[in-house]
Amino acid sequence: MLGYISRLFGRQESSRTAKERLRLVLVHDRASVSPELLESLKEELIEVISKYMEIDVAEMEVALDRDDDSVALVANIPVRQVKRNLAQTKH
Amino acid sequence: MAGRAIVVTSGKGGVGKTTTTANVGTGLALAGRKVVLVDADIGLRNLDVVMGLENRIVYDLVEVIEGHCELRKALIRHKQLDNLYLLPTAQTREKDAVTPEQMRDLVAELREEFDYVLIDSPAGIEHGFRNAIAGATEALIVTTPEVTAVRDADRVIGMLEAYDVKDPGLIINRIRPDMVRRGDMLDIDDVIDILRIDLVGIVPDDQDIIVATNRGEPIVLDQRTRAGQAYQNIARRIEGEEVPFRELAESSFVNRLRRLVGIGNKRRKAN
Ligand SMILES: Nc1ncnc2c1ncn2[C@@H]1O[C@H](COP(=O)(O)OP(=O)(O)OP(=O)(O)O)[C@@H](O)[C@H]1O
Ligand SMILES: [Mg+2]
Repeated sequence: MLGYISRLFGRQESSRTAKERLRLVLVHDRASVSPELLESLKEELIEVISKYMEIDVAEMEVALDRDDDSVALVANIPVRQVKRNLAQTKH
Repeated sequence: MAGRAIVVTSGKGGVGKTTTTANVGTGLALAGRKVVLVDADIGLRNLDVVMGLENRIVYDLVEVIEGHCELRKALIRHKQLDNLYLLPTAQTREKDAVTPEQMRDLVAELREEFDYVLIDSPAGIEHGFRNAIAGATEALIVTTPEVTAVRDADRVIGMLEAYDVKDPGLIINRIRPDMVRRGDMLDIDDVIDILRIDLVGIVPDDQDIIVATNRGEPIVLDQRTRAGQAYQNIARRIEGEEVPFRELAESSFVNRLRRLVGIGNKRRKAN
């Protein structure tokens, strides 16, 4: 009931807030505790993307970006060349 | 066959590790198993008091490890249950008085003799924690439904994985149904959804636990209390019995109702 009333006044239940904050904080905790995780993600990304285009692996960046209420995986992957046969393989 | 060695740990302090060790161990002993409780919280001896055995201590875990006394002589038998023992810790020593290797040997020796070796871990993730998990083959993670405790539990689960203690079981302690109902406490589903490990027990926040600790009689000995029943259920689940989570059914039923009528349910963002 109290939850209902506070919603009327535009406040979210504190348990919802708690869960959302926990989810975000754990995305970060887990990624920073295990840098290998990002490293192996990066390697697999390279593998997949290389099927389609030539990328600059040395300049490539993969990181978690945190905002107030979201975490995003941000990848900056310079492309050197797109493979010529890409259009054909697609269809 | 060697017994099971289960470490009770949490990361965050004061969430109920010692209370859990005492009650789950006593519950297993009530079920007829031969149980030893090992207090691995060197320097902060508590398990003896919760078990009501503080006046019977002669030797401690560090003296055993340093070879000053035989293991058998340091074990204290429970007053009522003759298949339940305590290996007390040292009160005036530091955590680094023993090494993980020594703890592993000690626990291995106890497993020869007992069906269950329950190890009460100190808070934190440092030396004392590594000692506590060294000999364990299984783990119980205790958390309360709070952001800080769950976060620390997550960290500990990751560390246990790294130390090869697989598939820890989760105990959610100090649930307050009234607060969950108001939407002011993370509920069981929330915590499981975040930690994603198997639930082994839910223990309500219960004043009777404090009364029981005052007396030095673990609450599981009093099956009229809700907390006492919760601990006995945990012991049964550890024994492999399928005990339904009545508490859980209640809470998710309430939640489903709330979702149906759309109360207190902000649409979740894309995960
Ligand atoms: N379900 C519960 N209901 C009410 N009180 C509880 C409950 N569980 C634990 N407590 C109380 O909380 C306090 C802390 O519990 P306990 O000593 O078991 O925690 P701990 O995790 O072992 O702490 P530490 O990290 O210091 O070793 C104690 O006073 C205990 O009686
Ligand atoms: Mg303790």
